[in-house]
Amino acid sequence: MVGLRGAGGAAGVLALAHEIAESVPDPELPMLTLADLGILRDVSADGDRVIVSLTPTYSGCPALAEMRRDLTLRLEAAGLDAEVRTVLSPAWSSDWITAAGRRKLAAAGIAPPLPAPPRGGPVPLRLSPARREVACPLCGAPGAEQTAAFGATACKALYRCAACGEPFEYVKEI
Amino acid sequence: MPFDTAYEAITEEADSGHRWAFGTGFADPLDGVDTTVPDGVDGADLGAYCLMLGDDALIMSHRLQQWLARAPELEEETALANIALDLLGQARLLLSRAGAADGSGRSEDDYAFRRVEREFRNVRLAEVADADFGGLIARLLVFSTWRLALLTRLRDSRDPVLAAVGAKGVSEVAYHRDYAAQWTVRLAGGTAYSRARIEAGLAAVAPLTPELFAVTDVERRLVAAGVAADPAALREEFDTVIGTVLAEEDLAWPDAPALAGVAGQAGRHGIHTEAMGYLLAELQSIARSTPGATW
Repeated sequence: MVGLRGAGGAAGVLALAHEIAESVPDPELPMLTLADLGILRDVSADGDRVIVSLTPTYSGCPALAEMRRDLTLRLEAAGLDAEVRTVLSPAWSSDWITAAGRRKLAAAGIAPPLPAPPRGGPVPLRLSPARREVACPLCGAPGAEQTAAFGATACKALYRCAACGEPFEYVKEI
Repeated sequence: MPFDTAYEAITEEADSGHRWAFGTGFADPLDGVDTTVPDGVDGADLGAYCLMLGDDALIMSHRLQQWLARAPELEEETALANIALDLLGQARLLLSRAGAADGSGRSEDDYAFRRVEREFRNVRLAEVADADFGGLIARLLVFSTWRLALLTRLRDSRDPVLAAVGAKGVSEVAYHRDYAAQWTVRLAGGTAYSRARIEAGLAAVAPLTPELFAVTDVERRLVAAGVAADPAALREEFDTVIGTVLAEEDLAWPDAPALAGVAGQAGRHGIHTEAMGYLLAELQSIARSTPGATW
């Protein structure tokens, strides 16, 4: 085990832990890493241990358990004395998906999320399907139509392009 | 042993103790979260309150899961599965919080699989079976409208864990409420038959609705301590939202008497309908027939 006072110094160990944490893929969106998703909140030191903090996307998302497990194994494999912790607050927002993450989503044919609604205060009721200006990630045409408010994972809705007719997934803004 | 993909990691033999199902070693969803009970708050009360909100989510989630392979269209099945998963996630956090708060150290599995009916604290609305899709939509509309009003207020709880569960849950349940509200409008404005189904659904859930706003002693003490949302204070927002949805297609809220409890006690006191025993028999069957099983 390499503690913070080990070879390479504290800064080097933290940088290594950060590098490892950033590289873990999402099992449901394998083109994205923890860092792309914005769920990697912090890499810090607690005494001689490295603490990596993650925040869940959706309360029930099973991918987080797998990402935690994968991250723990990778940190162990690198010989680091590290611990993965859950951070619940502030709640994850799709706004935290990085610019690189958005490009990777679009390249994989998944439309990245629009800006999330403001937090706090009352939640407006929507009596008709959400009107979002989602552009088709395949042909780039605007004005895609929502076909289902929920998709194959908690974080996505289904759309169909009005121009090319291709169905695609959209990462919901929350 | 780094893996190229997370799928590789979870299919690795060395990882066989870490799947996401009963008996396979859940990671505690509150692992690493500070679960200290705030000053001036009774831990037993806080635990009891977390069980109420956690059981609402767990039991509603199970009822929704029973719709899988029965929904009218694939898209609706996906929606119901997603809603059930969100609620299951909320239940896991709340049941774990209960065990940390009440000092018992019980796990989410202990609460979900090793309690008897009288120990469950969910409102009866969560447990009743749906006659059909219209019944489900009416029940989901009432449940999610009420729960969203509750979670919105929970964001200001003095308990940081409950405040976080509230903040996270708001954006999830907002989707659930929109889904149920949009289907209510579609069914009411569709055919005479579809309108009759949503009307029958509303008639079935109306008697279970007053219970949502009743205040128990535990809640009264926790409201005073700044921890809980006052159930009685949710009524106005609930009536406004339901009124807006129903007005869209001239539906009327059924004028029905409240379903009686037993000596004034109902779901929050562990007094349930006949449906609850059947639901728990299914929910707990594996855990009870093979205690401590792992695979």
